[in-house]
Amino acid sequence: MKSMAQTKALVTGNEAAAIGVKLSDVRFISAYPITPQTTIVEKLAEMVANEELDARYVEVESEHSAMTAVFSSELTGVRSYTATSSHGLLYMHEMLHWTAGMRLPIVVSVVNRAIGPPWNIWADQTDSMNQKDTGWLQVYCESNQEVLDTIIMGYRIAEDRSVKLPLMSMEDAFILSHTSEPVTVPDISQVRDFLPEFDLDFTVDFKNPMGYGSYSTPDGPFMELKKDMADSMNKARAVIEKTYRDFSESFGRDYAGLTDNYMMEDAEFALVATGTLASTAKHVVNLLRNEGKKVGLVRVKFFRPFPSEEIVSSLKGLKGAGVIDRSLAFSDGGSLYSEVSASLYRKADVPLTGFVAGLGGRDVRVEEFRKMYEMVEEGSEGIRWINTKGGE
Amino acid sequence: MVLVPVTQKGSRENRTDSWRIQTPRIDYSTCIRCMICWKFCPDNAITVSESNALEAPSERIGKLEAPEIDLEHCKGCGICAYECPEDSIEMSLEGGLSQ
Repeated sequence: MKSMAQTKALVTGNEAAAIGVKLSDVRFISAYPITPQTTIVEKLAEMVANEELDARYVEVESEHSAMTAVFSSELTGVRSYTATSSHGLLYMHEMLHWTAGMRLPIVVSVVNRAIGPPWNIWADQTDSMNQKDTGWLQVYCESNQEVLDTIIMGYRIAEDRSVKLPLMSMEDAFILSHTSEPVTVPDISQVRDFLPEFDLDFTVDFKNPMGYGSYSTPDGPFMELKKDMADSMNKARAVIEKTYRDFSESFGRDYAGLTDNYMMEDAEFALVATGTLASTAKHVVNLLRNEGKKVGLVRVKFFRPFPSEEIVSSLKGLKGAGVIDRSLAFSDGGSLYSEVSASLYRKADVPLTGFVAGLGGRDVRVEEFRKMYEMVEEGSEGIRWINTKGGE
Repeated sequence: MVLVPVTQKGSRENRTDSWRIQTPRIDYSTCIRCMICWKFCPDNAITVSESNALEAPSERIGKLEAPEIDLEHCKGCGICAYECPEDSIEMSLEGGLSQ
């Protein structure tokens, strides 16, 4: 372990993201500011202006253009980055498909913010959950440290020869983005050893013009290209695990795998959550354990690729589990609930409750987590809304 | 290695003639070579003919470059026929490559 060269800093989640970008030797940044993402790109613009970061920073008129700009720069073989939130991410939607389809391993920070109406700038994961079908890898971070480290690991995972898919790293609005925490900042030379130089073998070459994403008939390669993306999404599982192991060896911080299990060894009941909801859930698991309740937590870190096997092996044999979504899909609760249910189908018969909680930044407090646990313990099933005025 | 949607094949190699229901035909005996059809074709399916053996309304016009329909790419939208100031382009249901 070479963790001696690392330094401590007190930074917000957004500063942590900017530091991660700087350490990852990103050479091109294009963005459009939106609350609560703004302080990431403000910090990066400052780093570029102060020549702390040798990159080109291009401000554009929209998020659609920001994604198009990083798409283009990445295609010339330049490691690129952008960040956004909420409506900005929705505005990128078309280009998210194109970036993944073109196999460009860009890393993007998404500060999860609610989608209107009504206007709301607080934490809600509906924005990124809406992008789950775009071919991007998705990581939901829990701490500012994880935000920083995920940028560095994210480039390595995304750029792997067997993956070549872009990666989206999420932070909950304000809870991480604007709250300071002590963060260990790796030394840049250590990061250089860990993260190889960006190398794309299909860059634009003016001496050898090629068609990029041009026309395919139904008989053409269209369907095979999509299947290859799906295969790569699956291959990413092993790459993620290997990257985590190597990261732990180099930097001394262990991020387990696609999920992060807490107190699950002898658990009879479990809560399943993402992002900062999982932090509060851990605290509540501790409280309940002190009261003799056999409860644990499965934190879903990667939503894409979806950790189906991990979910099944964690929940199999339990008396009940509660899946907490800070997003709404209008299908049956939120997307996490739908995908956990689908994973369990014919593999494990576990009574499952889907909780919709914390939309638009509504607080999800210890007492709400207790209530969710109690419902799970009592054998509830189906969808329950948490802490809505006028009943569940 | 992954599959990437990158190709050396140019777009012109992708034929779209099977999309066509109606086929345009230029009557060179009335065509004044204004090239308005060439300008309006949304698929670049009207090319410039180098042939000087085409019929023409006059000897002078016969020496000018003439529009020619690229039947491997024409999708039969009929914009050329609609725009032609001399009504020299007729759309027919003949279809396919056999004009």
